[in-house]
Amino acid sequence: MNSGIDLEMSFTQGVQNLGLSHELAHLLWIPLPMLLVLVSAVIGVLVTVWLERKISAAAQQRIGPEYAGALGILQPMADGLKLLVKEDIIPARADSVLFTVGPILVLVPVIISWLIVPFGQNLLISNVGIGIFLWIALSSIQPIGLLMSGYSSNNKYSLLGGLRAAAQSISYEIPLALAVLAIVMMSNSLSTIDIVEQQNTAGFLSWNIWRQPVGFIIFWICALAECERLPFDLPEAEEELVAGYQTEYAGMKFALFYLAGYINLVLSALLVSVLYLGGWGFPISIDWFSSLIGLSIDNPLVQIIAASLGIVMTILKAYLLVFLAILLRWTTPRVRIDQLLDLGWKFLLPISLVNLLVTASLKLAFPMTFGG
Amino acid sequence: MNIAYSTELICFLILSSVIISGSLAVVLLENIVYSAFLLGGVFMAVAGLYLLLNASFVAAAQVLVYVGAVNVLILFAIMLVNKKEKLKPIEGLKTRKLISGGVCGGLLILLLRVSITTNWNLPGPTSIGEEATERIGEHLFTDYLLPFELASILLLMAMIGAIVLARRDVSIPKDDINDFNNQKSLSDKKIPLLSENSLK
Repeated sequence: MNSGIDLEMSFTQGVQNLGLSHELAHLLWIPLPMLLVLVSAVIGVLVTVWLERKISAAAQQRIGPEYAGALGILQPMADGLKLLVKEDIIPARADSVLFTVGPILVLVPVIISWLIVPFGQNLLISNVGIGIFLWIALSSIQPIGLLMSGYSSNNKYSLLGGLRAAAQSISYEIPLALAVLAIVMMSNSLSTIDIVEQQNTAGFLSWNIWRQPVGFIIFWICALAECERLPFDLPEAEEELVAGYQTEYAGMKFALFYLAGYINLVLSALLVSVLYLGGWGFPISIDWFSSLIGLSIDNPLVQIIAASLGIVMTILKAYLLVFLAILLRWTTPRVRIDQLLDLGWKFLLPISLVNLLVTASLKLAFPMTFGG
Repeated sequence: MNIAYSTELICFLILSSVIISGSLAVVLLENIVYSAFLLGGVFMAVAGLYLLLNASFVAAAQVLVYVGAVNVLILFAIMLVNKKEKLKPIEGLKTRKLISGGVCGGLLILLLRVSITTNWNLPGPTSIGEEATERIGEHLFTDYLLPFELASILLLMAMIGAIVLARRDVSIPKDDINDFNNQKSLSDKKIPLLSENSLK
């Protein structure tokens, strides 16, 4: 079994060759992938914001941003800079401590969840055993931040928005977790690495989307609802609630909400591609391809090409899904709050339970194709 | 003392001080909303302790269940029922506080004595780390099957009970609704939980 490229091992060995102890080398290594993932998350957000502006403009037959950089590519940077230098306002009768902590509590769990996103065999921060379950657990912290900021703003629209956001993310977490459970059952592991490995035996034919079509749709709907994207952006429905829990926020604190929303969107898209679209896997099996051109899979050149192809594939799949989400946002009307909760509890929950049951029975009946 | 050990010790000290001061604040703070948010913090710190013990599955379950469900429910209840009510002053509050403080102190002393006199089997069993999830699953479906099923029946009963309570039809006489001067009396009316026409 070849383990592919292991950057951590080569780094620690390189540092140890300089005469430092093994522990110190490990300590030096730890912040590097974290920093890298943080930077890539923020860059991912900038790209997504630009895409959102451009695609929404195209959907509405406008031009969109075009002066900041070529094709307006620097517009998100300008937005960010503007938010950075804006005055930080705390409303007079608001609870200033909770008002400050709220947005942080919304952002931090989303960033920590990037811990489990794999870009390749060894290209993730930490292959924790509980993998995907960690993400589900962390995403349940977010409603507390939303409730906190909604309550502390001392504004009726904020409070209603916060309550709506919490209700929405609690109700959609259950079908989401059940859809993930069906995948976990098939791959016999919670680890994202194992889930991707299990899908990459025969190119795109072995992706989970063919075995879990219903689960894929449930997961995608729930992920959109968790990100509070249109058609499910009830917490900030302008006509009803001004801007929901963000109404009183300005400057950097507002930017934290904005950032959390987009990081969550990119994260959800990445996880959909990991769970259902084969993660870093190329549509055609790399093993087969390398044997075709007569090179061993352990060849360094093949390894490097496969690793970079893996990163490109993960990002490509994720951004196709982001594109879909943006298109959905600008073409679909918003659902009402009662329709939203009906959809969650009366439709998605039973369907996902049936999906789980069917997966379990298929796994017993056809252990070869559904992971014995 | 190597780096790993000292990191663990520092984490343990921070987490325990967060738990102790947090739970004291939950009890002692006047503002009930702060108490509820701090309770979430205490739950998180407990999850951190589980992580230190290499029980990552239990830690994640703790976050999911206690922070994500229980604490959010408490917050919901507080925010939806934001009733500012003047409580009647209770007679002899000082002696009551003294008595309850004494009982709690006694309990603390008892627990301390137990923890000091017990001969702890140190170091405890080595943690199984990543295998824990499978082990928990095995136990739940073999020797702990009955308690597991009983817990699920209990939850089902609680759920049905909640639905019955929420679905009751409240029948209020017409003239009471139009009586704007007497809105308070509506909520004071004793309505039977399950009248004949409520289960249609």
